[in-house]
Amino acid sequence: MSDAVVRLRGVDKVFGTGADKTPALQKIDLEIPKGAFVSLIGPSGCGKSTLLRLIGDLTQPSTGIVEVNGKTAHRARLDRDYGMVFQAPVLFDWRTVQGNVELPLEVSAKNGSARADRAKAMLALVELTGFERRYPWQLSGGMQQRVAIARALSIEPAILLMDEPFGALDEMTRERLNLELLRIWQQTGTTIVFVTHSIPEAVFLSTHVAVMSARPGRIIELIPVDLPQPRNDLTREDERYFGFITRVRERLRGHEMGRPGAAEVAAS
Amino acid sequence: MRAFGIQQFLLPPPSAITAAFVEHFDELMTVGGNTLFEAIGGLVIGGVAALVVAFATARWVTASRALLPFAIAANSVPIIAFAPIMNNWFGILNPLSKMMVVAVLVFFPIMINTLRGLTFVDQASLELMRSYAASELAIFAKVRIPNALPYIFTAVKVSATLSLIGAIVAEYFGGSRSVLGQFIITEAAFFRFANAWAAIVVASAVSIAFFLIIVAIERVAIPWHASARIAESS
Repeated sequence: MSDAVVRLRGVDKVFGTGADKTPALQKIDLEIPKGAFVSLIGPSGCGKSTLLRLIGDLTQPSTGIVEVNGKTAHRARLDRDYGMVFQAPVLFDWRTVQGNVELPLEVSAKNGSARADRAKAMLALVELTGFERRYPWQLSGGMQQRVAIARALSIEPAILLMDEPFGALDEMTRERLNLELLRIWQQTGTTIVFVTHSIPEAVFLSTHVAVMSARPGRIIELIPVDLPQPRNDLTREDERYFGFITRVRERLRGHEMGRPGAAEVAAS
Repeated sequence: MRAFGIQQFLLPPPSAITAAFVEHFDELMTVGGNTLFEAIGGLVIGGVAALVVAFATARWVTASRALLPFAIAANSVPIIAFAPIMNNWFGILNPLSKMMVVAVLVFFPIMINTLRGLTFVDQASLELMRSYAASELAIFAKVRIPNALPYIFTAVKVSATLSLIGAIVAEYFGGSRSVLGQFIITEAAFFRFANAWAAIVVASAVSIAFFLIIVAIERVAIPWHASARIAESS
């Protein structure tokens, strides 16, 4: 694909040296087209998060090439092409909601009034207008995560990297935020790479699901999920939706080959 | 106390201490003020030095290797051993000699707490800043320093009471007549124990006031901190 935003070629990642060498990722080839929503799914410790961090230049590959927007991942980070959302909201207690959303704009030296306007627009996007002057610890977990999403989007990143962003939330909040994330994705056209443990979540959100094997992590299959857009609550009742869930689950299980961990993976 | 048959010169009754307090009120305020001045001066000198060392240590690994052993060595010197030498160095009547004793006493707790606050930062916060390509300076200003503020205030609160102890102990080794330590020594020497006790009450009051002032500053400076939140909701 020529319009790929992210391109990984022959990427290996090995942690440690000598006798402690642990291969985390092996022969990763992946191309993510512009505007795609790609989920990385696989058993615990398969290197999903490491793969995400490689794309974001928070860690470097042992071998292979990571390109983002036709640049090295390092260059892309310096150009502030990334928005990051972690499992924990990672908001700063000493800043108001508005201040937290403005943080990346401050770091990239945007001037004051443009910064405030942009932050307000982002808070409106995640439906938190009116909460600007609150502190993070005055908000619920779901609201905190929405602030984190607003913050990540504030610098108009070319790519949004999300590491199990809804993993710590209850099921109902998670489903609501799934819908909101899809709406935001459609409004902004941002490319999203999304790490998750949840098969239904991956299928519901994604245009492509990358199924990964246990350590050392490899991409077994990149499954295109061509469920109709925009997706909504009815999607969750669609027969084809369940078909995709079964397919992802079987790919995960098939590769585990009846290892003890397989049942847990399928159930998660 | 009369009921227990304790002799008056050992522990004077509260009425006698109150009477002494009223009688010597002006003098007690003067000596209390002078000692507080030494304590504050020492806390400022020691505190600033501690912050500088902590920042340098957090920023440069080489600075940490060079400075930490000296800081630990300075902390292990018993402060009483230090006081006569400070009198010698800075002049027995100069309040600076007492301030230096206080400074040495408060340096270590403030330094080590500040260093912890600057370095004990959530890894995810640092990754977040790195994902924005933030400079080391920006990370210091926007993450490490705010993160360290609660630690610094905790250390300064402990040091506030420590600084009065340090000042009074230093005064025992000689100094101007109008400071708490010398006042207590002189009055005790003349068996005027009610006066000495009145001075001790003043010392405690000054210490508590100093502590509360720092608590008040903390409330204003870091209203977001958990300790202030609990106070707010209760």
